[in-house]
Amino acid sequence: MIKSGTWVEIERVLLKPEQRAANLPEDTAKTPYLLRLSGFLQEDAELGQEVRVRSLIGQEHRGTLRLVNPSYSHSFGSTVPELLAIGRDL
Amino acid sequence: MRDLSYAAVMARKNEIMKASMGMDYNDFIQSPVAFDYERMMRETGYSLEDVVRIQSQAKVGNTPLYELTNLTEAVRRTAEPGKGARILVKDEAANASGSFKARRAAISAYEAQKKGYKGLAAATSGNYGAAVASQAAMRGLKCIILQEVFDSKGIGQPEIVEKSRACEAYGAEVQRLSVGPELFYQLLMTLEETGFFNASLYTPFGIKGVETLGLEVAEQVRARYHKDPDAVVITHAGGGNLTGTARGLLAAGCNARVVACSVDLAGLHMASDTDFNKKSFTTGHTGFGVPFATWPDRVDVPRNAARSLRYMDEYQLVTQGEVFFVTELLTKMEGLERGPAGNTSLTAAVTLARQMDRDQIVVVQETEYTGAGKHHNRQLSFARENGIEVRIGDPSGNIPGKTIVIPEHLDQVRGKVQDMDHLRRSYLKNAAKALPAAQWTDNDYAFLAADIKSSVAWVKQNIAQI
Repeated sequence: MIKSGTWVEIERVLLKPEQRAANLPEDTAKTPYLLRLSGFLQEDAELGQEVRVRSLIGQEHRGTLRLVNPSYSHSFGSTVPELLAIGRDL
Repeated sequence: MRDLSYAAVMARKNEIMKASMGMDYNDFIQSPVAFDYERMMRETGYSLEDVVRIQSQAKVGNTPLYELTNLTEAVRRTAEPGKGARILVKDEAANASGSFKARRAAISAYEAQKKGYKGLAAATSGNYGAAVASQAAMRGLKCIILQEVFDSKGIGQPEIVEKSRACEAYGAEVQRLSVGPELFYQLLMTLEETGFFNASLYTPFGIKGVETLGLEVAEQVRARYHKDPDAVVITHAGGGNLTGTARGLLAAGCNARVVACSVDLAGLHMASDTDFNKKSFTTGHTGFGVPFATWPDRVDVPRNAARSLRYMDEYQLVTQGEVFFVTELLTKMEGLERGPAGNTSLTAAVTLARQMDRDQIVVVQETEYTGAGKHHNRQLSFARENGIEVRIGDPSGNIPGKTIVIPEHLDQVRGKVQDMDHLRRSYLKNAAKALPAAQWTDNDYAFLAADIKSSVAWVKQNIAQI
């Protein structure tokens, strides 16, 4: 059970493939248009349930509960050795 | 009950825009192609003095201008005798939120607050999101940023993931979206639902905000070198950076050559789910630069205040590999670690400086912050993870989406010049789609000629051949 008030991420389908804009490339056209958003859970729930959250500015959004305590893990990446040589021999 | 289908929301575009900006574009529109651009800039913008004052109260502007002496010397060693202009860089990373975009956001946030809006919303995957969020934070306004972040596998472009983080750090709601142009649909829905101000990148307020950048470049170069810059190089995507800077230069009476520069991503489709994570640049590339130059009115406002061909003298293309190389050189030789998007114009400046005389000055008018996700090491490692070959060699071997070739030597940084007349003709073709050329009036011809920095005679001669 995930407690109400927990910082979570939801996902919602905004447009199904058949509802999307015209003239999309084929690969994009066959996918749904998705929203992901983080907010404070408004009721006790389990992952995968339809829930309500409030965003950082207090707006209410609905969606499927996807993650608990969503975090940023982007990085500087694994070292690209080709960059190390640059600037040493000028 | 409002109809929330794609077609219905798009059909309400004009009324939503009017409510969310407190201005009516119909006051300025003259025909499907022409509108009174200067009157719109005058009446809905601010004076340059107003902009300077608003920005100085919002931790924006008056950024340092540095001479890159080591890089200049290195370029001179690859140039003909007597060639090798001084390269200067305007360190726009010093603005609140870390990029020149704060100049645009500062005026939008001021305007939103003045008109009594409770919050701002903007659809942007670039630095502008963090800029709006930062300006909203200091004014106590709510902020919603909509970003195109991840592909259908759920994988986010690291640079945009970093921008999501920055926006949330400033207290904004971030709507992270999958790949597709429906970002605009979701923006309209959000504006309609919240009644927030549309902090579009392309309003007169936003473009007015960038004019101070051109003004500062002219004033700082004159104060230090007692002359005007000979060329100003501007990373070009949607056109606001170029338009605002060029207008600021002109306001200062400076006639420096205005050079646009974009990363060449020819062949990659901007709305393609599979191509999305094959790009190592999320802005400042030809996927935006060329379509926006050749038809500015493809944006989230009825008429775009960013009109790059109106001010552009030259358009340089560079490869991803060249930009990464020059970004690394800036770090190692000049002790400035900055983000790749801002360094796109620095890459073109290397080529230009090599062709220009030693006593001339070329100004790179922006830098941006770098860090996790944005850093060029991450972009290159991400490219490798997505099956893109990364190697050292001749940058002419770059194939967008397939191969990134990092130059071995500075003299391999050569760039490529685009044919300006070809771009102008593309613009005219697009104008003829908006209104058949047979119906163009004298006013339309005059507008189109000004909008592509050409003459009515040239427009007439070329449209006849199209």
